[in-house]
Amino acid sequence: MRIMAQMSMVMNLDKCIGCHTCSVTCKQAWTNRSGTEYVWFNNVETRPGQGYPRRYEDQEKWKGGWVLDRKGRLKLKAGGKFRKLAQIFSNPIMPSIEDYYEPWTYDYSNLLDAPAQEHIPVAKPKSLLTGEDMSIEWSANWDDDLGGSTEHLHEDPILERIQTEVKAEFEKTFMFYLPRICEHCLNPSCVASCPSGAMYKREEDGIVLVDQDQCRGWRMCISGCPYKKVYFNHRTGKAEKCHFCYPRMEQGIPTVCSETCVGRLRYLGLVFYDADRVTEAASTPNEKDLYEAQRSLILDPNDPAVVQAAREADIPEDWILAAQRSPIYRLINEWKVALPLHPEYRTMPMVWYIPPLSPVVDEVAKTGEDAEDQRNLFAAIEQLRIPMDYLAELFTAGDVSVVDGVLRKLAAMRSYMRDISMGREGQEEIAASVGMTGQEIREMYRLLAIAKYEERYVIPPAHYSDAHSLEGISTDCSLNTDGGPGMGGPSSIFGEDSGADGLTPVGVENFNILKNRAQMDRVPPVEPGRINLLNWDGKGTPDGLFPSDSSGTDRS
Amino acid sequence: MRDVTILDTLLWVVFPYVCMAFFVLGHIWRYRYDQFGWTTRSSQMYEDRILRWASPMFHFGILFVAIGHFGGLVIPKSWTQAIGISDHVYHLLAITLGTVAGVCTLVGLLLLIWRRRSNKRLMGATTLMDKFMFLMLAVVAGLGVWATIANNVFGSYDYRSTISVWFRQIWTLRPDAAMMVDVPLTFQLHALVAITLFAVWPFTRLVHVFSVPVGYLGRPYIVYRSRDDKRVASKAGW
Repeated sequence: MRIMAQMSMVMNLDKCIGCHTCSVTCKQAWTNRSGTEYVWFNNVETRPGQGYPRRYEDQEKWKGGWVLDRKGRLKLKAGGKFRKLAQIFSNPIMPSIEDYYEPWTYDYSNLLDAPAQEHIPVAKPKSLLTGEDMSIEWSANWDDDLGGSTEHLHEDPILERIQTEVKAEFEKTFMFYLPRICEHCLNPSCVASCPSGAMYKREEDGIVLVDQDQCRGWRMCISGCPYKKVYFNHRTGKAEKCHFCYPRMEQGIPTVCSETCVGRLRYLGLVFYDADRVTEAASTPNEKDLYEAQRSLILDPNDPAVVQAAREADIPEDWILAAQRSPIYRLINEWKVALPLHPEYRTMPMVWYIPPLSPVVDEVAKTGEDAEDQRNLFAAIEQLRIPMDYLAELFTAGDVSVVDGVLRKLAAMRSYMRDISMGREGQEEIAASVGMTGQEIREMYRLLAIAKYEERYVIPPAHYSDAHSLEGISTDCSLNTDGGPGMGGPSSIFGEDSGADGLTPVGVENFNILKNRAQMDRVPPVEPGRINLLNWDGKGTPDGLFPSDSSGTDRS
Repeated sequence: MRDVTILDTLLWVVFPYVCMAFFVLGHIWRYRYDQFGWTTRSSQMYEDRILRWASPMFHFGILFVAIGHFGGLVIPKSWTQAIGISDHVYHLLAITLGTVAGVCTLVGLLLLIWRRRSNKRLMGATTLMDKFMFLMLAVVAGLGVWATIANNVFGSYDYRSTISVWFRQIWTLRPDAAMMVDVPLTFQLHALVAITLFAVWPFTRLVHVFSVPVGYLGRPYIVYRSRDDKRVASKAGW
């Protein structure tokens, strides 16, 4: 046994209202730079829907993740190492910018500068790639809330797979939101695809990162990730991805997306797993057994043998305590209500989801029946094949019985707690019908519904001997000098941000950098001195943001 | 044979060494100073349809061109004769393979340049050094193909007893400019521009040539690293 710690997340989809706050705050924190306009480390998809980038789940096209070869061994779906090197000059399965969307801004100055005229002036969209007028045809959330779904919905790869003839009636049937970040997989196919060895999984907390200095822009990681959560910064020529807000997590602070989640639906915590068995679990022959196989990797942090092994593996004492208090462990392995996203990709993802009961509840409520009555809910769970099949395709490689079990637990919790909040005794038989006790139901309710901050996020801070370099922005940071980052701008002769003063995304929390970034949007002339508001951090008054005063001196 | 002038010495003795120094020191400096800028700067995201054909054409072409240059410049005539390859056979092989590879490279490169010029997205992401590099590459490849066709396909200039000898002399630190003075102008120009290209090489995206990821073949699939710089990751991946 080789015990390793993994920082993980669980999202309770029942509580997601699709407000996109997580996406926006994440973007403001990490990807408000030129080259990353289209990059959403966190995005929220409406399901059914195509997702972002379009149809990323269609692995027959994109060939992400792992498959088993004829001998039952794992291999990258896109092909082995030789094949990857042979295709290095032109990656045949890399999404183009059209599969995401062409980033744009608006020409707001026209609203102020337009002469008096018959028609109201408009702010025309301008491409951030070419600086020219463009027509907006797609974006990260084009099919949000099933918008345009009569036109686009049939392109949802999951709906294609469940082959239901009722597709046209889906709108009556169900809709839910799926927030997605990098899965920080136990068996990451992006890492395995990187020819340079620039991508790695951190030993201490399992976070998957790209070494910006070592990345050479071969682009294989983008194809390798079946979730398409590695992005290509088209200005710097390097791969970037969700880093689980590691600079925050190391200080014991939740990720930006979790911290700002309005529905308080995200849970963060540690799990211990047996790294020696990951390959074996990922090679499980039947896709439908992958969920159980992955669950079996996760070790019980209260087992004395596991604690002993953790100590021997130099895992600090407070990390062991944090693992014992971990909400993730309880949701995944004690109550078994959280499920992995697309286990069939065999990457052993570590951002798990509690499937939404709400499509079922809504359906019962529409009939006028009591939607909190356990019997009605159970009956509906049995009958509503469309959402069940769909959820199973997302979370259990199509095994409906697992999703069924989880939804029954959620339904039982609903009914059981209804009695309590009505001042009645909780009915033990409701809890027993899903194999739980009343006590367990109440604890699950506390974690899922009350969701106290300190119970949702159990994040032990990092221990380091290199404290100096971890002070957020270290004191010897070369960015602080005159002529520091961005002074060269995007036309810096070797390409954006090259040089020792070049930036890594982590440094973006520095004000000066943000200011430079905001002014750096110099894609073919969007007029000199203009600010791209998308990239502006809201601080300071960069040149060109405000008109200069009458004396001709600039206010900033 | 014409006398060796000071200009000849400058061009065929001094200049190559100066450029070589730029090449070596430039790479060391860039590697230490600019890891972040050391990338292929791929533009595949912006445009795929032309790239799909042009990029492999250029890259595979230039790989064969490089192998051909190695054979022609480094391996002495006497060696190939010794293993029984007659000059005629060698000549035929060299011009057929060389012309095919050269034309592939040139056509691929011209397609790539046209792709860049015709697409505004790509032009926006093209740096000054990129433009300079494309120009140099095109001139070198163009002169090379021209010199080969003019002097070898429609003639039989024996570069292996002049240019190749001079090339090897550079490495043995005894270059003789006299070897180059009577070489056809096209070859002279090709050589000079190529030497210049080597001098600017470290300052362009061409540095990615030295990052060919052959290490990938021997590496475990999953890479673990420790957060702590001072601790070497103890556990190898699989």
